[in-house]
Formats: sequence, C-alpha cells, structure tokens
Amino acid sequence: MTASVVTADEATREALKDKALEMRKRLLRLAHEAGSLHIGGDLSMTDIMTVIFEHLLQVDPQRPDWPDRDRFVLSKGHGAGALYISMANRGFFDVEEIYSTYGVFQTRFGMHPCRNHLPGVETSTGSLGHGLSIAVGLALAARLDGRSNRVVTVVGDGELNEGTIWEGVMAAAHYRLGNLVAFIDRNGMSMDGRLDEIMQVDPIDLKFAAFGWQVIDTDGNDIDALVDSVESLPPNTSEAPTVVVCHTTKGKGVSFMENEPAWHAGSIDRETLGACLAEVEAERQRERKESACRT
Amino acid sequence: MPDVTMNVNDMFANPREVYGAELARMGDVYDDIVVLTADVMTSNKLGEFKRAHPRRFFNVGVAEANLMGIAAGLAVDGKTPFVSTFAAFASMRAHEQVRTDIAYPNLPVKIIATMSGLSGGIAGPTHQGMEDLGTLRMMPNMTVIAPGDPLQLKHFVRIAYALPGPVYMRLGRGNDPVIHDETLAVEVGKAITVREGDDIAIIACGTIVSEAIQAGQMLAERGIGARVIDMHTIKPLDRETIIRAADETGVIVTAEDHSIYGGLGSSVAEVIAEHGLSCPVIRLGIPDVFGLVGQPEELFHYYGFDADGICATAVTRLAHRARRKPVSVTRGEK
Repeated sequence: MTASVVTADEATREALKDKALEMRKRLLRLAHEAGSLHIGGDLSMTDIMTVIFEHLLQVDPQRPDWPDRDRFVLSKGHGAGALYISMANRGFFDVEEIYSTYGVFQTRFGMHPCRNHLPGVETSTGSLGHGLSIAVGLALAARLDGRSNRVVTVVGDGELNEGTIWEGVMAAAHYRLGNLVAFIDRNGMSMDGRLDEIMQVDPIDLKFAAFGWQVIDTDGNDIDALVDSVESLPPNTSEAPTVVVCHTTKGKGVSFMENEPAWHAGSIDRETLGACLAEVEAERQRERKESACRT
Repeated sequence: MPDVTMNVNDMFANPREVYGAELARMGDVYDDIVVLTADVMTSNKLGEFKRAHPRRFFNVGVAEANLMGIAAGLAVDGKTPFVSTFAAFASMRAHEQVRTDIAYPNLPVKIIATMSGLSGGIAGPTHQGMEDLGTLRMMPNMTVIAPGDPLQLKHFVRIAYALPGPVYMRLGRGNDPVIHDETLAVEVGKAITVREGDDIAIIACGTIVSEAIQAGQMLAERGIGARVIDMHTIKPLDRETIIRAADETGVIVTAEDHSIYGGLGSSVAEVIAEHGLSCPVIRLGIPDVFGLVGQPEELFHYYGFDADGICATAVTRLAHRARRKPVSVTRGEK
C-alpha cells in the first residue's frame, strides 16, 4: 500500500481550498465560542493541515487503531484546534462536540491534544521539542514491523529552538527513515515575537540538508504548492527523511491577526467573528474568480 | 513470612551483567522487546542483546531526551522498550520526556537506570543519580523499583516486562552481594522482611539492603533485635509492612543510597504521618549536599548509611529512647 500520493486534479485542488476555508471559519468560530485558542498558529498551519489530512494521510476514522494507518504527530501541540478540526473534518468525531466541550471541565478537547482521551490522537503533545523524537520511534516501529505507512509530523519554527528537535533530526537521518515527513510551519514567529529577533532559526532548509534530510521548500499557505509538495514526496521506502519547509503567515487570513504577537492565542467576540468570517470568505471568493479566469 | 536467606553470603554478582543476560534471553521469547541506550551499551552490558537481536537494538548516541522520546514512539506502536542509561541522566536530563512522553500516556517503557546514588564513586556529583526515586515516584502511572539483590533482578526484569505501564528500576554499583535465595518469589509492592526483630526496624532499598542486613547482625550481637526490611518497591509502597514495623518496633531507620529528601525515607515518613503513628523515622542517606568524590564504600561510610552507620544510628536512637521510657506506641485517630 501507500508510497506515492494520488495526483489531485483541478477540482480536487479547488475542493481542498474550500476545505481550508471551512477550517479557518471553524477555527474562528471556536476562538469565539471556546475562549482561548492558539489562533495565530492554527491559522498559519490551516492549509498545511488541510493538505495533510485531506490529501496525504491514509487513516480510517472508523478504525483509529488500524495497524497500517499513517501516523500523525502534532509536535507543535498548541495547534490542537487545527488538529481537532482536521480530525472532525475527516470523520473522527462530530465538529459540534469540539464547539460545545472545548476547555469545559473533563473535556476531550483541551488546549493540547491527549491520546488518553481522544482516540486517533497518536500521542499527547504540548511541550515543544518532543514530537519529532516520538515520530522517529513510530517510524522505527513501522520499519521493524515491515509496514509501509508514513509518519507525518508538524513542527513549529519556534520549536526548532529546542535542542531535542536536532537530536531527533540527527536520529531520523541516521536510521534512514524515509517513511518520516516533517512539515515545518515557518511563520517566523514564536510567542514573544519575531524569531529573527528572539532566536534565529534560518536557514532551516540548509540545516536539515546538512543533517542528511531531503528538503522541499514551499509556500505553506498555498494549497496548490502544498499539493505539489506532497505529491513530490519520495516513496516511503527511500532512505532519507523529508522536511517540507512551509513558509506561512501567523494568523493567515485575518488581517488584524497576521504577524501580530498578541494573536498567538486569544478569543474573539461575536462582532469580530462576523468580520473575520467575512474576510476569509471574501479572500476565497477572490481566489475562485482568479481561478475561473485562468480556466 | 517468606523463607528468606538471613545472611549476606560470599556470592557477588554484577546487576548490569545479570540484567543484560536476562534481557537477551527475554528477547529470544518476546519479539516486542526493543532495547535502547544512549551510548552506554558497553557499561550497561547490553552487547548480548545487540548480538542476538541487532534489528531491535538502538543506540541513539549521547542524547538522553531523544532516547526517551524514541522509546515512547516505539511503545505507542506496540513495542516494549527497555531503555538504559545512567540514573542521573534518565531522571534529570530526560525527566520531562519520561514524564510527558511516557508516564502521561501510560506507555510500557521500562527504564533501567544504572550508576544510581553514589555508586558511580569517583565520577562525582555530575554522575550521582541521587534524586531519581523522589522525582520518578511523583509521576502518575510510574512504578519505581530499587532491587536489593543482583540475582533477584532477573525476576524484577520479567515483572517489569509484564506490567502494562511504565517502570523505573535503578541498579547500583558493579559488584553487589547476593542476599536472597534466588528462587524467592518477589512481588512488586510487597516488601521482604529479611530479619525479624521488635526493638527497631531498618527499612532499606537497593544496594543498601545488604548494609542493613549487616547492621542487623551487628545489632543482634549487642542484644538488639532489629527487623530488617528490603523495601524494593518505592511505588507502589508496601504501607502495611511499614505500619506493622512502626507498631511492633516503635522506631524506624531508613537507609538508601539517595538523597534523604524524596526517596525511601520520605515515603516511609509520609505513611507514618498519614496514619498518625507515634514512631520516629530516622532517614539515612545522602544529606543536603552534593556528594564528595570517593569509592562508593567510602562515601556510604562517610554519609553514615553503611552497616556501621546504620548500626550506630540504631544504638544511639535506642539509648535515647531508653532514657525517655516509657514510650507508648499508639495509633492515632485515623
């Protein structure tokens, strides 16, 4: 099974863009209904998560423990909102459960994902710098068992400040884990502000390449570019892990949130929600028109 | 009362060798066992497993945090990782990975930590794992074991494998005396009373059990009946045995190659306090200092938790009690 990703035709790409719009709208609604959400990082990785969950991952929501499923680890665990909505969109649970229970006492949906409470979440994350090592373990287990599934992880660029990430990067190359793909959400910011002021991580591509990874550099807020990237992934039998460096904008789609440290996390009132929804909808409308003109 | 060996005999064994050999044997039978280490394969005697099962052996290099994260990933996918490194690094360098990646999701990762306490000898404070019992027992889901006998370790390794959750087991120095009959059945959370006595109870774990047994013999020669208890499991703790020892002897001395804060002594004191028992608990172990450099035996002696130190503490304490007699040992309200 798996290996190469099925090529998406034009209609599929448009459908993915609609899915990304839907995820943005759902995230904004959650930021309104649920209180504090890491909305900035959720919006920067929305397009990445859409392509991963709707175009790359082979999973079965009816069988979250299906042995041959692709494994997904959200190393930037504070992007739990985007993960929950991606999973709901894929059919793991009803999206309404997220709205009604996020952050509520004894919920399955906290600010960081927990495998103990939510089947389909491979492992609990939230403390940064942990997920890549866990993904290495999952990829090793797949190799040991002769399974051909992929292990996919999303890592924040601020998270690259953590030394353990580079221990995992070294190990993945050493063990020749071509079944491992790491997407870096390179939005250029961490909680306190701009990474180039706080702690520089660039050049990410050259660093991973120096460790022996295959590097794909892409626009992480462009569905077409992301689709092209996952379709160009080497087969998971290859001998080098792949990093997809996704250049993104924190808070993507909502002008007052974009590149604004204050919107690392937060909530919005009803009136603001309306304006946000209108803005992301208008952007997608503009995109649709552009696409129609091209064809 | 189990039938146990009462005397320290002349047999010695290296717990790391016992562990390495047993793990290789278990690897033949259980193909879910994987072994990981962080560049201490030779020291931790894991070569036999590697030779027998090279595909299931991973030396991740000098990267303990990564070691625990990778083990967690393997455990998520059905493997039973045995992870070996020095106690100082397993419990401190990789503490958060052990807590968050392993204990929190309750994964069956078995951490076997060597060079615990002052057993690293002249390696000095950088290599003294003197906080591990305390910090590991604070983690929900974690079982914490400090075997007192190098051969008994075989049983504990098998028990650790069979337990569904994470286990932390600390091993001591290189050459430890055999103190128990190898066939003695052991159970996690069930202490072994090595010597009976009603004047004082000595509760010890790990390497220091043999010192406690010697202290028990020395006290017997002075006409003092010391009950010696091998408290090999720090968590879950055998509360019943502790309460009985307090009730029946009235004085408890704990002895461990660990900080007096947070480990066995603290655990015992918590039980006594919670049960409202009127029983002093004197904690012997590493005081509030970073250890000196020296041979383990010299350090154990210097800090007063070798046989001589335990014996001296018991004698002093009993003399003190004799002066204050009568002391009634009564249960509190609880």
